[in-house]
Amino acid sequence: MKKDIILAGVGGQGILSIAACIGLAAVSAGMNLKQAEVHGMSQRGGDVQSHLRISDDEIHSDLIPQGKADIIISVEPMESLRYLPMLSKDGWIITNTAPFVNIPNYPPIEGIIEEIEKVPNHVAIDADKIAKEIKAVKSANMVILGAASKHIGISYEQLQEGVRMLFGRKGEDVVNANLRALEEGRKFAI
Amino acid sequence: MQRLLLLGDEAIAQAAIDAGISGIYAYPGTPSTEITEYVQNSKEAKAKGIRSSWSTNEKTAMEAALGMSYAGKRAMVCMKHVGLNVAADPFVNSAITGANGGLIIVAADDRFMHSSQNEQDSRALAKFALMPVLEPSNQQEAYDMVYYGFELSEKYRIPVMLRITTRLAHSRAGVTRREQRNQNEMRLPTNLRQFVLLPSIARKQYKSLLENQTPFETESENSGYNKYIDGKNKKLGIITTGIAYNYLMENYPNGTLEYPLLKITQYPVPRKLVEKLYEECEEILVLEEGSPMVEELLRGLLDKGKKVYGRLDGTVPRDGELNPVIVAKALGLKTEEGLKIPGNVVGRPPSLCAGCPHIDSVVALNEALSKYAKGNVFSDIGCYTLAALPPYESINSCVDMGASITMAKGAADAGLKPAVAVIGDSTFTHSGITGLLDAVNDKSNITVVILDNATTGMTGGQQSSAYGHIEEICKGLGVEEEHIIVMNPVKSKSEENMEIIKRELEYDGVSVLIPRRECIQTLSRKSKEKRAGK
Repeated sequence: MKKDIILAGVGGQGILSIAACIGLAAVSAGMNLKQAEVHGMSQRGGDVQSHLRISDDEIHSDLIPQGKADIIISVEPMESLRYLPMLSKDGWIITNTAPFVNIPNYPPIEGIIEEIEKVPNHVAIDADKIAKEIKAVKSANMVILGAASKHIGISYEQLQEGVRMLFGRKGEDVVNANLRALEEGRKFAI
Repeated sequence: MQRLLLLGDEAIAQAAIDAGISGIYAYPGTPSTEITEYVQNSKEAKAKGIRSSWSTNEKTAMEAALGMSYAGKRAMVCMKHVGLNVAADPFVNSAITGANGGLIIVAADDRFMHSSQNEQDSRALAKFALMPVLEPSNQQEAYDMVYYGFELSEKYRIPVMLRITTRLAHSRAGVTRREQRNQNEMRLPTNLRQFVLLPSIARKQYKSLLENQTPFETESENSGYNKYIDGKNKKLGIITTGIAYNYLMENYPNGTLEYPLLKITQYPVPRKLVEKLYEECEEILVLEEGSPMVEELLRGLLDKGKKVYGRLDGTVPRDGELNPVIVAKALGLKTEEGLKIPGNVVGRPPSLCAGCPHIDSVVALNEALSKYAKGNVFSDIGCYTLAALPPYESINSCVDMGASITMAKGAADAGLKPAVAVIGDSTFTHSGITGLLDAVNDKSNITVVILDNATTGMTGGQQSSAYGHIEEICKGLGVEEEHIIVMNPVKSKSEENMEIIKRELEYDGVSVLIPRRECIQTLSRKSKEKRAGK
């Protein structure tokens, strides 16, 4: 088993939490992992991405080769498209449809959704809305992870365990909110 | 042994704790910051009494680490590549004094300038200083090399550079820990003149550094970190340095590489191994995550030997970082293009955060300067450098830490009026103080704006050495008290702030304005922690 995942979003949207959940789950499942992050200047409201690679075999490069990613998981719709050159021909896009508008020239959202729908394998979900509905506004990222859960190659139970490990020190309420978000995302994508 | 999931930076930090350092010294700088932060947050490090607070700049960090080494204890000092320029004086001379307790200098190079002003290769400075270098290719090697680096350092009494690059620093992987070593007892150098670089002593010490180059190279050949991996197809021999190895192997999974390979991760360059590859193969490809340093050596001045491919002939781009596709193309392998980015996707450059105090400061400054021609504002390294971009377009320079004040002074000397320097609080104490003294001594006609957000913001909100000291420092340097003015950069005060700036721009002499309001990021982090505490 080997999965190459691009995580995308805007600085501060919580893509590193998604990476950490998958990472914790993968490591407790005894898999190898490499995960490259972006720190520093680009974190200030800029586009951020993380290359997450999990495999039963040895992983060499910290970066996924262009055109070889199995999945793009994006917390922001336009950002999901920025990494299309990374996606393999039969790869999946799992993305939020709620735009994060912090630039004056953000394009019309309809055109962005249209482009997402052109990718044969896609899941587009309004994670912000769902997170609000289940009173877990800060967990839109976990809704997206839930929507991606069946494509990651890690069992759902292991992902839940990853959420518990990641948020455990923040208390039971935070853990449960994130587990609910994960579940809603999963249900949406089924 | 325990296995942890660690960033390259964190692997180095954990190894330093485990290998028995007594102190770590650093000024924050991407991609090196997380090394020191990890030690600061480590309970083990605390229990072991390892000192780890931030230094004022890389030079003070380097010197303090050298002092700890003088006292016989192990020390690590960390910086980004351009930070090594700041520390260059003690760095180069430390190779001549040598070490006493083990001393490792971590230089984290930001190839492609993800968050930097240039992409210089720290191996060049180590070579300049005649210092051994370790350049790990993965997180585990980074961990192991800290142990080895301290052994090497104490065996030859030489500081050792550990050179990493962004993709290793900021990528996570599994790392297995080793048995922990105790810290050294205090033990001064047996020769109390070892660190006295008077010419007569320095000449002797320098000779012994030169003599040590041979054993350093022998170490490079025998340590096991430089690996010669034979292959059947001798048409091409490949040399990789550092993480370039990973990008090569990504293209040849499961032992499919048929060319002989020399994986270099330790310097001086192991000449015997290079010679073996050169003799056995028809042509050579050099893959370096950095400048073409090994490649230049191999080609020589006249490049009349065997055909060499690399960054210098365009087989690999001359600038930027490597990736698996660049390496595949260099080897003539098939690559995937992927889908195109749709035309409606627009750039999302980094920007100042909503509510950032710098926004109020630069807006007031823009307004105050509106009656003058453009081009009067010199700035520095920090979040506020983003004010160069629309919509503010407030600043006209960003060169190196502290250069805003001295460049404004030089331009004022040339007759530019007004000449404004915009610098952050942490950058001011890093390298701005001496420049301000120059300006005071010369009665230069400059207006210095010290944006005090009470933190080192760009690197994630580390303790600023300037905290609580700025006015006193300025007074002490001789800036007149009535021209040291603290401002509150909020919207409701914008008119008042603009008037203050206007007035000080008119003043003939040095004035210092200090817009003071806490960074919105550290403020919200603190209030979150407070709430969690309740």
